[in-house]
Amino acid sequence: MNTENTSIELRLEQKYRHGFVTDIEADTVAPGLSEDVIRFISAKKDEPDWLLDWRLESYRYWQEMQQPNWAHLKIAPIDFQAISYYSAPISNKDRPQSLDEVDPKLLETYDKLGVPLHERARLAGVAVDAVFDSVSVGTTFKEELKKAGVIFCSFSEAVQDHPELVKAYLGTVVPQRDNFFAALNSAVFTDGSFVYIPKGVRCPMELSTYFRINAAETGQFERTLIIAEAGSHVSYLEGCTAPMRDENQLHAAVVELVAMEGANIKYSTVQNWYPGDENGVGGIYNFVTKRGMCKEDNSRISWTQVETGSAITWKYPSCVLRGDNSVGEFYSVALTNNYQQADTGTKMIHLGKNTRSKIISKGISAGRGKNAYRGLVKMTRTATDARNFTQCDSMLIGKHCSAHTFPYIEVLNPSAKVEHEATTSRIGEDQLFYCLQRGISEEDAVSMIVDGFCKQVFRELPMEFAVEAKALLEVSLEGAVG
Amino acid sequence: MLIINNLHAEVDGKEILRGLDLEVAAGEVHAIMGPNGSGKSTLGNVIAGREGYEVTQGSVSYLGKDLLELSPEQRACEGVFMAFQYPVEIPGVNNTYFLRAALNAQRKYRNEEELDSVGFLRLVREKLEVLHIGDELLHRAVNEGFSGGEKKRNEIFQMAVLEPKLAILDETDSGLDIDALKAVAEGVNRLRSPDRAIVLITHYQRLLEHVKPDHVHVLARGKIVADGGPDLALKLEEQGYNWLEEGGIAPLQQAGSQ
Repeated sequence: MNTENTSIELRLEQKYRHGFVTDIEADTVAPGLSEDVIRFISAKKDEPDWLLDWRLESYRYWQEMQQPNWAHLKIAPIDFQAISYYSAPISNKDRPQSLDEVDPKLLETYDKLGVPLHERARLAGVAVDAVFDSVSVGTTFKEELKKAGVIFCSFSEAVQDHPELVKAYLGTVVPQRDNFFAALNSAVFTDGSFVYIPKGVRCPMELSTYFRINAAETGQFERTLIIAEAGSHVSYLEGCTAPMRDENQLHAAVVELVAMEGANIKYSTVQNWYPGDENGVGGIYNFVTKRGMCKEDNSRISWTQVETGSAITWKYPSCVLRGDNSVGEFYSVALTNNYQQADTGTKMIHLGKNTRSKIISKGISAGRGKNAYRGLVKMTRTATDARNFTQCDSMLIGKHCSAHTFPYIEVLNPSAKVEHEATTSRIGEDQLFYCLQRGISEEDAVSMIVDGFCKQVFRELPMEFAVEAKALLEVSLEGAVG
Repeated sequence: MLIINNLHAEVDGKEILRGLDLEVAAGEVHAIMGPNGSGKSTLGNVIAGREGYEVTQGSVSYLGKDLLELSPEQRACEGVFMAFQYPVEIPGVNNTYFLRAALNAQRKYRNEEELDSVGFLRLVREKLEVLHIGDELLHRAVNEGFSGGEKKRNEIFQMAVLEPKLAILDETDSGLDIDALKAVAEGVNRLRSPDRAIVLITHYQRLLEHVKPDHVHVLARGKIVADGGPDLALKLEEQGYNWLEEGGIAPLQQAGSQ
């Protein structure tokens, strides 16, 4: 403990000598969390005082909070003092300004992971803001977006270049005190994405970010903020992969979406963090708070997620439907294999009149996986004529896995309508044998059956993402049968 | 083509087949009849290689190969097809996609070139026309929401596309109204060919009015107890299965009176 503190102090001293903005090679703060560490992060990013204060305030809230234990998850104790809260990748003196300047080794890794950044960006017309560890390393198509007036940049850049926007919206959807992990993120977030779509603008391309965790024992705390002004449209894709590793890593992101009048935000995630090995050793702890606010009338927020990775997933992308006639949607495929655990779902909070929400959840359990759907549909007093439809299907592969459904429904307005459907099925030996008898191999049969099961969700994904998601399920299910 | 010798098989430790012998040659249509619980469906499942059906004795030779050594998908690729009594639904999986995956898996196994979607669709249209099946089945998920008749027709359609060497139809006639029965029978008749053997497993004689078998076998208590021509089926229809039972051990089932 003492030595750690000393090393932080030493580092801090060094920084002071050279000035905070000077970039140095591969600096990682020693493990541990304190106000000093937060000051270090904030200073490292040259943040304004109000943001540092906001972080420190969050930290104080966090210190008084308890890690939640209501989820259907078994979580080994997390030592928050053993985590390092800041690291930057080894790179040239300065951060690369374009992909050409990016460390070829890094690009190679992306390639191996099936993320050909170059190609993807150019061929698919996708702007990519890759977060490698805690600092952005490459952003493309910025110019084209600029022409449309769209701001798409790293969160840190947004703090520098658009502080008024960040200040106006940060924490308005997910308050600092919202929950334990959101408070932690608010205190120590390092980077993430920032998107601003001006009034009436339809974003000319899908916005995509690839996240990856790299340095050992480094938690990653992303912070994403998307603001869609009146009448604007945006589709945002987020995908992530993580390499093999042994220790559990904490990943506690916060995503906030704000949709103004008639605005439309579509947020898609393919989550593929390292799930641990087949014995349940290692893997990412993925404790994420994602929430969208349909702030004004006729707005729409749609979440689509394909969750195949992480040792533990704790995630409930939600919609607060404040504006009248606003729409919230949640489409989810969550797969747990081996010893993976997932407790995931959504919250649809209906405040406005005639608000609508739709929830389609597909849970797949294989191996000794544990998969829980947890969803809240809340119709408040003011939500006249609000409607919800929930469909919640679980599929079991093998005999040692489990699926659970925890629907919470609160209706305070008598005109509201809530529908809930739920099914659980086992990939039947019947289905499997039917495929085998036609000459289809067992592996192909399983992925075909699973793919069919997930179709309702996959078709909500942008095309190339859907292909990727399908491939991911196949890889994740390898060895699940037989 | 198929030679079954002294076949004994168990399900859940219970012996169902008890020394079954059967020979089927290419070009022939065989009907296997028998009361409920006699082991008819077990025979089909053992040939297809379903898990849970354990062969304890005897042999099954198919085109000179030891069939029991092959996995279910290998058997399929070698040309063994089973039309299921209860075809399962596979939600979200398109019927055409499924069938193409099956055909291409089999072609690949035989070192034939896989069919692209254009070539496959051409083949499918051809078969649909021959079988007088509309193409509405193509656009739906495998058997999902199909009526009983549609499911059975879909089985025959799959058989037509996959062109097996040995087709086993497990009670394909059960639960069909007369029109569907005729359609299925016509489909089967069209698939009769000198190099294909067809085994019809059935409880009733009525399918055999439309598909004339070359041989009829009666299965009771896990054994073939009688062989004959089409007239054997008629006799069963008139007299039921009880006359075959010396001690009346088999369950009392009437075929003819229903």
